[in-house]
Amino acid sequence: MAKIRVITKPEVCMGCHLCEVWCTVAHSRSKDIIKAFMYEQPRAQPRILVEEDLPETFALQCRHCEEPKCVAACIAGAMYKDEDGVVLHDESKCVACYSCIMACPYGAIRINLETKKPLKCDLCKGLDYPYCVMKCPNNALEVVVEAEEFV
Amino acid sequence: MRYDFVVIGNSAGGIGCVEAIREKDRESSVLVISAEKYHAYSRALIPYYLDGKIDFERMYYRPPDFYEKMNVDTKLGVKAVGIDVEAKKVLLESGESVEYDKLLIATGGKPFIPPMEGLAEQSNVFTFLKMDDVLAVEKAIKDAKRVVVLGGGIIGLMASEVLAKKGLEVKVVELADRVLAPVVDEITSRRVEKKFEEHGVEIILNNTIAKVVGDERVEKVVLRDGRELETDMLIVAVGVVPNVEIVKDTPIKVNRGIVVNRKMETSVKDVYACGDCAEIYDFIFGANRVLPLWPTAYTGGRIAGFNMLGEEREYTLATSMNAMHFFDYYIINAGLNVPNDSEEFEVIYKQEGDSYRKFALKDGRIAGFIIAGKMERAGIFLRLMEEEIDVSPFKDKLLKDDFGYIDIPEPIRWELLEEKVKLGVVREI
Repeated sequence: MAKIRVITKPEVCMGCHLCEVWCTVAHSRSKDIIKAFMYEQPRAQPRILVEEDLPETFALQCRHCEEPKCVAACIAGAMYKDEDGVVLHDESKCVACYSCIMACPYGAIRINLETKKPLKCDLCKGLDYPYCVMKCPNNALEVVVEAEEFV
Repeated sequence: MRYDFVVIGNSAGGIGCVEAIREKDRESSVLVISAEKYHAYSRALIPYYLDGKIDFERMYYRPPDFYEKMNVDTKLGVKAVGIDVEAKKVLLESGESVEYDKLLIATGGKPFIPPMEGLAEQSNVFTFLKMDDVLAVEKAIKDAKRVVVLGGGIIGLMASEVLAKKGLEVKVVELADRVLAPVVDEITSRRVEKKFEEHGVEIILNNTIAKVVGDERVEKVVLRDGRELETDMLIVAVGVVPNVEIVKDTPIKVNRGIVVNRKMETSVKDVYACGDCAEIYDFIFGANRVLPLWPTAYTGGRIAGFNMLGEEREYTLATSMNAMHFFDYYIINAGLNVPNDSEEFEVIYKQEGDSYRKFALKDGRIAGFIIAGKMERAGIFLRLMEEEIDVSPFKDKLLKDDFGYIDIPEPIRWELLEEKVKLGVVREI
């Protein structure tokens, strides 16, 4: 797999929050929007965040830093970077100390309202394509393939 | 035996170093030496283990096959007792020695035990730092009803919280006039004290243990003001001091900790140090100091690792920072701990219910902050501090509970969002 990251394009972001909606779906069990929002308990939560001060809006999520500060700060070894360069969070190891929240320079780690544990973008690992990018109606999110890593 | 890289210490700093070396180089020979017999585990998880939040297996900081995958030799449960910097050798307790080309000292800290009359080797006196400590405490609490914790710092309070949750009657004795005094401001201290009191923990301030009574076991402690507390256990959690025994009788310079420059080099060539045993440059404090913090240890180890490989890197962004929580009340702070009535700094703060936000500014730059209650996105403030951004044009917005990049005016916002962060440095040297 090529190393990818998602970039945000504020000039075309409409502030519709559909990236948050589809991020929720992507992290639901059913991957079905109706089931994800109506029936699944606990409801999945988005890992992307739309920042807004109308009319300005843009989406922000984990940037999968080359040298992640959240990984350096994690006291439990729960944050790690996998072979594809994706920064992942192993909830089973996490003790919710929030060192990662202290360390993330982008404020891109959210908090699971249910478990109080950190919640972050996994670039839709295991799915075909990041849902936030795929479902953005105005291409305000874009996947960038880091060229030298192209496989 | 001879190794390219020898690392003394098997915690955050040592692991940070090993991971940096192996990111760039698979071939060199690496040895990790640790006085503790355990695979790399996280000392910071000790309270969570005692609380039952994680099991023994999850105390491990890296997977069981970590050292094999990293192609690193280990000597665990083997104490390094000295260094011969002339011959470039680490001397082991067994009488053996190991030659190094480059050496990292990451021996961490050790508990400070203040003098107390009557304190001998009583069986129910514990510290709360290492795996063996917590295993001993775990065993002891089975027959205990009352416990006295000496020290109202982060470790003492975390231990107290867990013990209170386990049903013990907990009394915390703190020398200062408030808990967490060096770490946070008075407003935050009082909020934390209140949480403990609500959960039945008595916090005794402006006091300390003058004397312990009991031969085999401590049965009671006598405080400085004469008050007596009967107890089944005593936990000493006053603080941690750099563990620098290994460098005594060497020319390696020690102040409070082993003095290192920004490349993590000690005063002796080819010897590096990081973590709780070292004293590094704090960019906010403006001088070297001991920063016994997990992220600092890991990052320091990582930067040492790069330099040991010959890849120059400086740790320019070390400063004090803590993420802590007591009875689900969360606090993140960084930089200087400034009182709200400071004349030297411009202090802005807001209290609203459980939420508390406070910033100490100097020339428009954040020199310290405390965020409590509502934690989302606290890392942005650390970033603003590290980048020395003049926040005065938007300082009122800092106090918003949902402060984000949208509140940072352009073009700074996009400069910050587009820059790639590199660990420990803003810009490469």
